[in-house]
Amino acid sequence: MHNKTLADIIAGLNRGDFSSVEITRHFLDRIQQLDGQYNSFITVTAEAALASAAAADQQRANGSVPLFCGVPMAHKDIFCTNGVRTSCGSKMLDNFVPPYDATVVENFANAGAVILGKTNMDEFAMGSSNETSYYGPVKNPWDTNCVPGGSSGGSAAAIAARLTPAATATDTGGSIRQPAALCGITGLKPTYGRVSRWGMIAFASSLDQGGPMARTAEDCALMLNVMASFDGKDSTSIDRPVPDYSNYLNQPLSGLKIGIPKEYFGEGLNPGTEQAVRDALAEYEKLGATLVEISLPHSNLAVPAYYVIAPAEASANLSRFDGVRYGYRCENPKDLRDLYMRTRGEGFGEEVKRRILVGAYCLSAGYYDAYYRKAQQARRLIKQDFVDAFQQVDVIMGPTSPSPAFGFGAKGNDPVAMYLEDIYTIATNLAGLPGMSVPCGLVDNKPVGLQIIGDYFDEALMLNMAHQFQQATDWHQRAPEGLA
Amino acid sequence: MQWETVIGLEVHVQLATKSKIFSGASTAFGAEPNTQACAIDLAMPGTLPVPNEQAFRDAIMFGLAIDADIARTSMFERKNYFYPDLPKAYQTTQLEKPIVGRGHVEIELADGSKKSIRIHHAHLEEDAGKSLHEDFHGMSGIDLNRAGTPLIEIVSEPDMRSSEEAVAFARKLHSIVTSLGICDGNMSQGSMRFDVNISVRPVGSDTFGTRTETKNLNSFKFMEDAIALEVERQIEVIEDGGKIIQETRLYNGDTKKARAMRSKEEANDYRYFPCPDLLPIVFNDDYIEQIRETLPELPDARRDRFLSQYGLSHYDANILSGDANVARYFETAAGGDAKLAANWIMGELSARLNAEDIAIQECPVSAEQLAGMIARLVDGTISSKMAKEVFDAMWNGEGSADDIIEARGLKQVSDSGAIEALVDEVIANSPQQVDNYRSADEAKRPKMLGYFVGQIMKASKGQANPQQVNEVLLRKLNDLL
Repeated sequence: MHNKTLADIIAGLNRGDFSSVEITRHFLDRIQQLDGQYNSFITVTAEAALASAAAADQQRANGSVPLFCGVPMAHKDIFCTNGVRTSCGSKMLDNFVPPYDATVVENFANAGAVILGKTNMDEFAMGSSNETSYYGPVKNPWDTNCVPGGSSGGSAAAIAARLTPAATATDTGGSIRQPAALCGITGLKPTYGRVSRWGMIAFASSLDQGGPMARTAEDCALMLNVMASFDGKDSTSIDRPVPDYSNYLNQPLSGLKIGIPKEYFGEGLNPGTEQAVRDALAEYEKLGATLVEISLPHSNLAVPAYYVIAPAEASANLSRFDGVRYGYRCENPKDLRDLYMRTRGEGFGEEVKRRILVGAYCLSAGYYDAYYRKAQQARRLIKQDFVDAFQQVDVIMGPTSPSPAFGFGAKGNDPVAMYLEDIYTIATNLAGLPGMSVPCGLVDNKPVGLQIIGDYFDEALMLNMAHQFQQATDWHQRAPEGLA
Repeated sequence: MQWETVIGLEVHVQLATKSKIFSGASTAFGAEPNTQACAIDLAMPGTLPVPNEQAFRDAIMFGLAIDADIARTSMFERKNYFYPDLPKAYQTTQLEKPIVGRGHVEIELADGSKKSIRIHHAHLEEDAGKSLHEDFHGMSGIDLNRAGTPLIEIVSEPDMRSSEEAVAFARKLHSIVTSLGICDGNMSQGSMRFDVNISVRPVGSDTFGTRTETKNLNSFKFMEDAIALEVERQIEVIEDGGKIIQETRLYNGDTKKARAMRSKEEANDYRYFPCPDLLPIVFNDDYIEQIRETLPELPDARRDRFLSQYGLSHYDANILSGDANVARYFETAAGGDAKLAANWIMGELSARLNAEDIAIQECPVSAEQLAGMIARLVDGTISSKMAKEVFDAMWNGEGSADDIIEARGLKQVSDSGAIEALVDEVIANSPQQVDNYRSADEAKRPKMLGYFVGQIMKASKGQANPQQVNEVLLRKLNDLL
């Protein structure tokens, strides 16, 4: 039952093979039995899930229903859920219950989805290993001594462990693609502006984008059909028709040109990972696509530019957590300054504080030009690299992350080593492009992800290419031992 | 030594939009605390700003009114600082690309001279909430109703050389924004607030002295007083061998004292950067031209029209055209006789409004009522003296001039037959005075009329039309010569 994809579940519900209550209860039971090992959920909303599953079954009995009616799934705990605690993985919001839904949450509610709970994540989405969560690290179902990646590690691990068929996630520098790769699932970060950011707690506003995580490209297409929307409540949302992504999955790949950036196959790339990616590319050639070596000459600027821009935006975005209106407030503040200092000192974890400090520093008088302005210039160069590349090729492919899942504490006290985890994913966020990770192999029984980068609003083509790959291979069907 | 004062102004103008600049919450003044603050105004996690188009239209109107360049691309920056009444801990404002660029405003001084004050720029931003430090037993209360109210901040060049010029400039801005209808101009509710940058320098010097900024003045009177006080302080400091410290000062209009708030060294580093939640907003020429076509009459044009259309004196035209609300009142009241309406508004009406400290929009005598009264003055139904009584009665809410005239029996006798009879009667009863009149030098005769007029008015119980009485009396006496 728990190996069913979203597409399977929708079909099964439509056929009456099982009820929404049955499948929902099945996943809730699994979460209860197994999640102690993985810590992939922060909040499980069992009662509400069963109630909406029962309502969905009733609705189905009464006639035609929306596509996701009664389909269980989970939301990353960065999406505000009306009446359900939304912590963003932080002590700061441990007590925060939003009085509104994120647009993404509302879209799934309107589509009839049943929400099992809220998944674990790096605090305020800042991290690549899920070790910064106030609720403790998430463990990788493929090897519980290893991290699941981050920041959407909870969503990725829950899907890999078959605790939910699908989950929402967000990606600021790789937070969908890298955990998808490390957990052996499929994840898509859409074009910036494709999915509304309303109600999605901001880390770095110009980079954040919500997207789907599931086991297959077909499921990601189903989810993106629901998630993508123009939203008047988000000024950066783009008013452009949303295609039916499911319609394009079976287009042939013959004649398509795949760009292989040489910069993504250099020093630091694990040989096993490289081999798995090269094998996947060979598979695409079999499917009729052509490989074209390309260059993204400013790739080396991506990590440094990102670690100026993202912390700069975060330093302002996280200033609202001041203990005045909601969230954590320190005990007995003796004056305003004390309230601010202790609330923020006690409420935020180390990585969040580090990024706030870096960001504030980069924006300070006298440093702005050297850091923030320079980083914006680098961002334009990086974007231009992609614009030029897409003159020659239809998509770009390479590894999602430099190596498979690593052990807890492996990047220890070296934040820069951790930041290099996102070396292949960050550039697409800086450029606002869509990016995807698809399982393409195993190294030491740990999953490897193939990254597909598309041109602006080319999600349909990316999903098509991922789906065709998944028709020809079975990496996406592999499960951690004992979980299939 | 002779000192010259140098003044520049930063003026915050609350735009009269119905909802806030980045949220749909109401901007109405005076609601219960925190009842007009939505999730966006409270900076709840995950909320995002959506620009209110009307605020941009208003700012563009202002820019067009001061002949300024309008930025075709408008961007917002975040100005970061922590304060409890600033929920996001940053103010969304404009730094690099303000919507209104360089412009100018012409002011007129008491001696009739004119001066052009340059505007450096005007930008859009959001207002903060209010911190209330009283009534909370040593704690502070926060009211976020005002948070997110749209403002334009108008920044002048340091072109003013006296408090008179500064006040004239401030009044002119008030006049422009109220004429445009983009601000209600209500100073006591904080709809316009003035920050005054002041420095002094020896007359003839071409470099500026160190300036101080006196913040948040919300009346023209306070502004005048605060400038005088600060200029005096600065001159004293310098003449005593001291140096002016660049600082922010607060003026208290009740105690008429000012104090330093913070010096430049303590000033915040606001860490401005472009707001990533708001994309650049682009205005094309058509959009701006459409707004230009909707521009209402501006104060200078109105003054010129008042001069030609109503034949007002320059002084009267200036006063009546300056404030959009006064101008509107005047034009409604001016139907019968513009000059009389002008006199009444600048005389009796202004005196009463000042005495009771109310704005002309709240005047208990409507412009229509005043027009009704003036019509009865013009047609001779009532005398000027009676008009004062009618005005008082209208002020007290007794209805229209006609109702009051009727109820109080204030009709002036203008029936020429009746007046002729009265005149004849008084002449017949005053043979001695008539003899004196006939034998007096022609030059002395006009002064002798007073007796007869007094007797006639007395006989008519004050209701005879004095003008008619004069005419008839003069004719009849001259007939006797």
